[in-house]
Amino acid sequence: MKKAEAELIELGKKLAKDIKSGKNPSIEFQVRGLRNVEFDKKTQKLKLGERQATRTFFNVGHAKKFLQTIEVAKVSKELLEAEKHASLRDVFYMAKRTIPNSNINIVDEQKETDKALEDLELITSFPREQLHVNANKMGSVAGKVIIEDKGDTIDWSKLGSGGWSVPSNVEDILFKKVSAKYVIYMEKAAVWERLHEDKFWDKHDCIIMSSQGQTTRGIRRLLQRLAIEQKMPIFVLTDFDPWGFYIYSVMKFGSISLAHMADVLAIPEVKFLGIRAGDIEKYGLQKHFIKMNEQDTSRLKQLAQYDWFKNNKEWQKEFKMMKDFGAKAEIQALSSRGISFISEKYLPEKIKNKDWIE
Amino acid sequence: MAEHKTAEEMGAQQREISVAEFFERNRHLLGFDNKRKALLTTIKEAVDNSLDACEEAGILPEVSVEVVEMGDDRFRVIVEDNGPGIVRKQIPNIFAKLLYGSKFHTMKQQRGQQGIGISAAVLYSQLTTAKPVRITSRIGSKEPAHYFELHINTQKNAPEILADKEITWDKEHGTRVELDLEASYQKGDQSVDQYLKATAIVNPHAQIVYVNPKAEQIIFARVSEKLPPQAKEIKPHPYGVEVGTIVKMLKLTETRTLQSFLMNEFSRVGGGTAKDICENAALLPTMKPKDMQLPHIERLVQGIKNTKIIAPPTDCIVPIGSALLEQGVRKEVNAEFYTSVTRSPDVYRGIPFCIEVAVAFGGQQPGDQPMTLLRFANRVPLLYQQSACSVYKAIVQTNWRAYGLQQSQGALPVGPLTVAVHLASVWPPFTSEAKEAIAHYPEIIKEMKLALQECGRKLGMYVRKKMRIGQQRERANIFEKYIPEIADSISKLSGESKDVLLQALQKMIKKPEIIQQLQMPEQEPEHKQIKLTAVAETEDS
Repeated sequence: MKKAEAELIELGKKLAKDIKSGKNPSIEFQVRGLRNVEFDKKTQKLKLGERQATRTFFNVGHAKKFLQTIEVAKVSKELLEAEKHASLRDVFYMAKRTIPNSNINIVDEQKETDKALEDLELITSFPREQLHVNANKMGSVAGKVIIEDKGDTIDWSKLGSGGWSVPSNVEDILFKKVSAKYVIYMEKAAVWERLHEDKFWDKHDCIIMSSQGQTTRGIRRLLQRLAIEQKMPIFVLTDFDPWGFYIYSVMKFGSISLAHMADVLAIPEVKFLGIRAGDIEKYGLQKHFIKMNEQDTSRLKQLAQYDWFKNNKEWQKEFKMMKDFGAKAEIQALSSRGISFISEKYLPEKIKNKDWIE
Repeated sequence: MAEHKTAEEMGAQQREISVAEFFERNRHLLGFDNKRKALLTTIKEAVDNSLDACEEAGILPEVSVEVVEMGDDRFRVIVEDNGPGIVRKQIPNIFAKLLYGSKFHTMKQQRGQQGIGISAAVLYSQLTTAKPVRITSRIGSKEPAHYFELHINTQKNAPEILADKEITWDKEHGTRVELDLEASYQKGDQSVDQYLKATAIVNPHAQIVYVNPKAEQIIFARVSEKLPPQAKEIKPHPYGVEVGTIVKMLKLTETRTLQSFLMNEFSRVGGGTAKDICENAALLPTMKPKDMQLPHIERLVQGIKNTKIIAPPTDCIVPIGSALLEQGVRKEVNAEFYTSVTRSPDVYRGIPFCIEVAVAFGGQQPGDQPMTLLRFANRVPLLYQQSACSVYKAIVQTNWRAYGLQQSQGALPVGPLTVAVHLASVWPPFTSEAKEAIAHYPEIIKEMKLALQECGRKLGMYVRKKMRIGQQRERANIFEKYIPEIADSISKLSGESKDVLLQALQKMIKKPEIIQQLQMPEQEPEHKQIKLTAVAETEDS
C-alpha cells in the first residue's frame, strides 16, 4: 500500500473515532494565506508558518468545506486503490452531485474541489500528484535536450511547430542528453512561437519554454530539476508590469497559496531577464506604453512591500521606475523594431551583457 | 400687409369668461382627463361629500355606491348616504353652480376644499351625455323628500331646474345623487374598487357598500363605532397668508382698525403681537382696513415676517389615530406584521398638520415586487401622480435596507410591504386642483420620514427576527442533509460501518452545544482568506 493511501485511512480512522466518542469531528491543518506565510532568508523560499486551523463538521461556517474535504479524500483513496490518475477536472465531476432530497450540490465549481485538494495536501503532507490527481499538461518546450518519459524517448528539438507539452507530474522523467546551456521561460506563448520559428534555441544552444500566464506546477518542477540536476541558469522573460514581476516572484520564491510546496517548486536560481525598466529607455519602448490602471498601481505597491522584495535594491529600483513611468509595456512591444528583433538583437545582447537581475 | 384691428374692434370681442366655460375647456385640472379617471373622480367627489356631511352632523356614515354599465361607454353612478340631507333651497346651488359651498371660506380640516368637486362632476356628466343630474334629499322624518333634476347653465354658472317635486322616500334622512356620464371601468390600480378599499382603510367608522358594473357587491364593514371628533375651525395664522389673501380678508372684515383686524381675523395674534406687527410694518394700528392700499399691504406682509409669532394651535387637527389606522389596514391588507404611528402635529407655512403611518408586512403580499404605497390626505385616498407626491419622496429617501428590505437608489423598496401615509391638515398643500399629490414642503417631508423611520425600526426588528428563525431552520437542515454524505465518505476512508457513524452523527445533532451553534447569529468564517487584490493565483490550472 502506498504511504499516501495509508495516510488517508489514518485520517478516516481519526474522524470515525471522534464521531463514535460523541466528539464534533475535526481536522487540523496549517493555515494557508499571506497571514501564515513567512519568507525564509536562509533558503530564500517562502514557507508556511505555524498557525493551525481546525475544521469541524458541526459548525455552520465549516460544514460545507468539511464535507468537500472528506469528499476529495474519498475520491483520492479510490484512485490510489484502483491505481489510476485523474485530472483536477475529473475530481470535480467525481465529487459533483446533488444531495438527495435537497437542492444542495456537494460542489458547484471546480474551484471548490481544487481548494479542497490543496487542503488535503496540507492535511496529508503529500503533494497532489502523489494523491493521484494531476493537472492538465500545459505549455510548450523546445531545445537541445533528449528525455525519457515512461519508456519513450523524446527529442525536444524534433517536435515540429508545437513543441513538447509539460505534464503535471514530471518526477519520472529522465534527462538522457542535454546540450543546451540555459533556459528561457517566457510568459507569452506568442513570444515562444516567434523564438521557435526563428530557431533561437538552435542558434544559441538553449531551451525555450512557455505557458500562458502563470507557470504550472509541472513546469516549475521541471525547471527546478533542470536547475538542480543540470546546473542550468533559468531566465525569465515577462511583460513589464506588476503581474509579470509576480510570475518571476512565484517561480523564484514560491507562491503564497502553495507555500507548503515551496520546497519542491521554488527555484532560487531563476534570473529576471526582462522586460526591465532599463530596456524601456534603451530600446525606445515608451511609445508603446500602456497607462497603469488602479489595480496595477495597488498591485505594484503590494509587491514592493513583500518581505522578499523589501530589501532588494535592484528590485526596488525597478518598482520605483515603473511607478514613475505610471505605465507598463508588453514583450511584444519589441516587435515594433522588427519582427525578429527579439531573437536577433534583444535577447543575445541581454545575455551577452549579463543584463539581468539575479 | 396684414390688416390690423383697432382697439374698438378688439374690445368688441373681449368678454367675461364664465367659470363653467373655463372648466369645460380645462377639465383635466379637475381630474376629468380621461374616461377612466372621470368615473373615479365623480365617485370620489360624491363619497367625500357624503362622509363630510355625515361627520359634521354626527352620524355614523353608511354610504352605498353603485355603478351601472349602460353600454356605449356610458355609466350611471348612484351614491346614496344616510347624512343630514340638504335643505330644498340649497340643492340647485350645491349641485349645479361651480365654486359654491361652505368649505372654501373656512380653515378647518375636512375632505373637500374648494366647492368645485361635485358640481364639476355634474358638468362633466352634462357635457358627455346631456342628461341632468338627479338629486333626492330628505332632512328628517317630518319633512318630505325632495327630488330635483338639474342642468348647469355654463354661461351664467347658474343652475337650471328641470324638475322639482316632493316624493316619498323610505330613508328618514340622507341624500342620493344619480348621474350618467361617459366613462370606462377597469379593476386594478387607480380603479374605483381600489379607491373605495383605501377609503375604508382610513375611515374605519364608515360602512361602504359597493356594487360594481359586474353586479358584484362588496361590503367594506365598519370596524369602529366611534365618530372621529369634529375638527375645530381656526383662523389663518399670519405666517401662512400672502398679499392676495389679505386683500380678500380686508374686503370682508367688519373690524374698524388694523389692530383689531389683526387680532380678530388671525390666530395667535393678541394686542401686543398686533402692535409689534404694525410697528415692524411702519403702519398705524389705528389705520382703517378699508383705506389700506397695495403698498400698505405689502408692508404689512413684510412686517408679519419680521415679527415673532407663536405657532398656530394644533388642536384643530384630527388624526385618525395610530390604533384605528392600523385596524383599518388590518381589515383590508392580509399581512403577518402590522405597526403604526401618529406623530405630534407640526406646522408648515403657518398651517398645522399631522402625519400618520401604518405598515403591513408579509402575508400574501408579493415579495419580489415594489411595495404598495397608499397615500391619504384628510382621509381621502390619493391615487394619481404617485411619483410627484412628497410621500413618495419621503419613502424613497428612507433607507429601507436598514430594515431588512431590498431597495435600489432612488426607488421604492422591494418586498411584501404595504405602507399607508396619512396627512391631516386644515389645508393640505396639493400640487394641483385635482388634489392628486401633496406638495414638497420640507417640514412635511421631514415629519413623514420620521414617522416612516419609527415604523421602519419596528419592522426591521420583526424582519430580522424572522430571518434569524429561518436561518436556524436552514442550518439544522444543512447538517441533516450532510450527515449521510459525511457518514458514507468517512466509512469509505476508515472502513468503519456507515450505519454506526450515521447514528452517532444523528444523535449529536440534538446535543445542546450543537443546538447552541444553530442559534448563533453570525458564524466566524473558518479562516478568512487574505485577499490579494486582484491576484488570481492560477498557477495550478
